[in-house]
Amino acid sequence: MPTTRRQFLNLAGSATVAGTIPIVTLRPIEATPAMLSAAIRNVVGEAPVRTGKVKLDIPPLVENGNTVPLTVSVASPMTAADYVKSIHVFNEKNPQPNIGNFHLGPSSGRAQVSTRIRLADTQKVVAIARLSDDTFWQVTTEIVVTLAACTEEMN
Amino acid sequence: MAALINVPAKARRGEIIEIRTLTSHIMETGFRHTADGALVPRDIITSFTCRYNGTEIFRADLFPAIAANPYLSFFTVAKESGKFEFEWIGDNGYSSSASASITVE
Repeated sequence: MPTTRRQFLNLAGSATVAGTIPIVTLRPIEATPAMLSAAIRNVVGEAPVRTGKVKLDIPPLVENGNTVPLTVSVASPMTAADYVKSIHVFNEKNPQPNIGNFHLGPSSGRAQVSTRIRLADTQKVVAIARLSDDTFWQVTTEIVVTLAACTEEMN
Repeated sequence: MAALINVPAKARRGEIIEIRTLTSHIMETGFRHTADGALVPRDIITSFTCRYNGTEIFRADLFPAIAANPYLSFFTVAKESGKFEFEWIGDNGYSSSASASITVE
């Protein structure tokens, strides 16, 4: 039986559908944007980043992204032999992935830093601590932002 | 230029004290546009340093994602009586400093 136009179109249609499904499903659902991972690599280099030790205190639901209180603390004895060298905070969806780098030392006594940040969108915030033995520890928090920063026009 | 510094006036030797600083600055991100589409140039504080009797105890690199009027709080061990010096450095040659004294018993 010769292939009719209708059969051919059906076949072609299903092939297209079958072809698109893998492309859609191959895309990671929660991809780490390239800018964020590049900024993190810039700080940690090739060293592995383990999860833990770092605590990120930030409201999970933010009404105004223009000023969001943030506290990062690291579980560390802060002695001359074992202390936190630096704390780095990153975001996922602001125009720039860096938020701040904070350099501490054994004389800090407590590895804790607070500031206020801007968030342009509902997104992840990542805090990474570099300890005196040059290991890296991180924590990631998801924050919902109702009113975004940076987007408004200047009057 | 105005800065608010919060350092305890007195502390016991070896005590961990909190230092809180607030300075007034617009922290213009450089990502905003005016109503007619022109980009507002970046104007932020890029660096903050705290020295305790001349020794650097805390330093921060700031980015546009830090909110206007940057607030920073951090800790240090009260070792000896003396002076804390704070310095903010930013775009367009911005520089501002402040100091606070502490008595350690």
